[in-house]
Amino acid sequence: MNLEFSDEQKFVQKAARDYLAEHSKLDVCRKVLESGQPYAAELWKGVAELGWLGTAIPEAYGGAGLGYLELVLISQELGRALAPIPFSSSIYLCAEAILQAGSEEQKKKYLPKLAAGELIGTFALAEGTGDFNANDVETKFDGKSVSGVKLPVPDGVSAGIAVVVAKEGAGVSLVLVNLDGSGVTRTNLAAFDPSRPQAKLEFTAAAGERLGAAGAGAKIASAVLDRAAVLIGYEQIGGAERALEMTRNYTMGRFAFGRPIASFQALKHRMADVFAKIQIALSNGYYAAWALSNDNDELPVAAATTRVAACDAFTLACEELIQMHGGVGYTWEYDCHLFYRRARGLASTIGSPNEWRDTLVTRVDATI
Amino acid sequence: MNFDDTPQEAEFRTKARAFLDAHLKKLDPTAGEAGEFENESRDDIARAKKWQATKFDAGWAVLTWPKEYGGQGLGRLENVIFNQEEAKYHVPPPVYGIGHGMLGPTIMAHGNQAQKDRFVKEMARGQVIWCQLFSEPAAGSDLAGLRTSAVRDGNDWIINGQKIWSTGAQYCDWGMIVTRHDPNVPKHDGLTYFIIDMKSPGVEIRPIKQINGGSGFNEVFFTNARVPDSQRVGGVGEGWKVSITTLMNERVSIGAGQGAGRVKDLFRLARKVKRGGKPAIQDSATRQKLADFFVVSKGLQYTGYRTLSAISRGATPGPEGSIGKAVGAPLSQAMALFASELQGAVGGLLDRSASPDASWMEGYLASPGIRIAGGTDEVLRNIIAERVLGLPAETRADKGIAFRDIPSSAARK
Repeated sequence: MNLEFSDEQKFVQKAARDYLAEHSKLDVCRKVLESGQPYAAELWKGVAELGWLGTAIPEAYGGAGLGYLELVLISQELGRALAPIPFSSSIYLCAEAILQAGSEEQKKKYLPKLAAGELIGTFALAEGTGDFNANDVETKFDGKSVSGVKLPVPDGVSAGIAVVVAKEGAGVSLVLVNLDGSGVTRTNLAAFDPSRPQAKLEFTAAAGERLGAAGAGAKIASAVLDRAAVLIGYEQIGGAERALEMTRNYTMGRFAFGRPIASFQALKHRMADVFAKIQIALSNGYYAAWALSNDNDELPVAAATTRVAACDAFTLACEELIQMHGGVGYTWEYDCHLFYRRARGLASTIGSPNEWRDTLVTRVDATI
Repeated sequence: MNFDDTPQEAEFRTKARAFLDAHLKKLDPTAGEAGEFENESRDDIARAKKWQATKFDAGWAVLTWPKEYGGQGLGRLENVIFNQEEAKYHVPPPVYGIGHGMLGPTIMAHGNQAQKDRFVKEMARGQVIWCQLFSEPAAGSDLAGLRTSAVRDGNDWIINGQKIWSTGAQYCDWGMIVTRHDPNVPKHDGLTYFIIDMKSPGVEIRPIKQINGGSGFNEVFFTNARVPDSQRVGGVGEGWKVSITTLMNERVSIGAGQGAGRVKDLFRLARKVKRGGKPAIQDSATRQKLADFFVVSKGLQYTGYRTLSAISRGATPGPEGSIGKAVGAPLSQAMALFASELQGAVGGLLDRSASPDASWMEGYLASPGIRIAGGTDEVLRNIIAERVLGLPAETRADKGIAFRDIPSSAARK
């Protein structure tokens, strides 16, 4: 047993942190949030040039051919910086789906462009308030074209392609759809976290090509979501760590009753609880990252565990971030709400934590 | 990054299993566990001593201790592997946790050579058992507020006062006691640490009856009990420093694996009992709770592995070890409560004839003790807040004041 990241992996993380500290300060996130831009274009370009998008994409498809242990650490840093770019939609979801299920031709066609950041991809599953379940979709694929309404779709306005989960006959298939083609109407939605936009996509006989076998869509989607749960989990952990640091720094500098408010046990104990929650998420994350990097049988359980723990940790850390800032934490001017928004946004994407709890129990029960 | 055994670790595990198979009967993993803090019988102690001697003689005792003190000079990882395997068998109740986990390491860290030679190897073979004499009626979380006095008398020290919550003192041969030798200096500076013979005149041990009826703990009274100066551990006035070594080892040993082991039992229970005519595990409210227990249990288990992986490289256990107990102890209580609730009306019984899963109710009655013993939830949160997060200490009313001038509930009596 060795639960250390290697020196090379730690170097990747350090380089990512340093780059983002300079190029993804919180005002970059704020600018996207306030301006209605879909993402920070300059940051996206920089991240693409550094090769981060292709971290876990094989060299044959234009990636760096590193691995998931490097990618999770980059993800943690993107979360820490609240990077307002479509990284998760394009890489964790779309590129992963193509890597898992794409034909050689599809991989060659799309992955190099996704790795270079020239093309943004996304994953369209949700259809409103129902279960985030591939078997429950109404959108239809007839072998050539897709019809239906998907909402919300992360980065749906800026993406060039989407992996659409659709019914095909009695089964469910994944379909690659060019979002710039005809039969696609996109509408921006008011997102809880506008630094990570969401859209409604309406497909009216929009041309699509199958990704993976007909009827294999639910199985592939589940594998993709497990992988994304780990990667997004690290993003949530990075955000939670930063939120706790901000809470700590603010309460150390804020005085009341003649002493720093950080010296009151009522606050100290809650910060300790946030710390413990983050450690629980991080430790589960280690296990899941290891399972992901190995394609281990433990991944489905570890991914669901990490998803639940990371959602809980980021949510708590951000609630406490605002609470311990007091009144100023509730102002638009302070950055607390950027974290609070991101926490809710990430917890609502790829299925709610409660749905993942249910999935987790099914999976654990099968192993006992 | 690798959670699997290395080839060497796997080989060690196989050897451990072979040894255990030759001496012990395997547990049925689907059967429930006994509650915590049981009152060990004389027979249990005899069995524990016999098993410890068997392990020692075969080279499987105190694996992390140096060979010169009866250990095997192995790393903490090997120790964990052995403990994981041993936990799969019927073993006598654990009576060596304090000696082997805390007191032996304290003597090795702070004792002189004569003390190490005299006591540590004997402790390893386990034919004598050790207890800890720290807490007092007026000094629990504020341990440094202790009042048991030690007064120098020639080559001896004379001990007077009362200790409490001493686990196993009723069957122990030796104890480690922290005392106040000087009340005229600030509280942390006036403490001195000793090894004491529990059979010496002036030492009286009274078991405490706990809320669950067990008596794992004791009050120990000292009336002019004599301790030779040769049994002082560390310098006069260094008692606090030595105690901290004991306490850090305590938190690491108590923290390891609290609650985590039983989450699968909870799933089995939820399969067995009914909700609305169906197995409870199909009930969505039950499933949400099961998931949370699983997430925290696994997170604790892997946090333990992370700590181990770090300290197996030679670092002393740090304050992050506090997370295990701070989270694990309330988790044990919450899981026991939930399991009791799952059993409906039977959850209000402590009767093994009425439920094969009565151990959960017993566990619920034992669990408040786990949240208090060895550092309360609150103390552990302070440790995380101050030593990990670097938050300022609570303003103290006793800072820089001579001990005798500190207001206290004991002084007011």
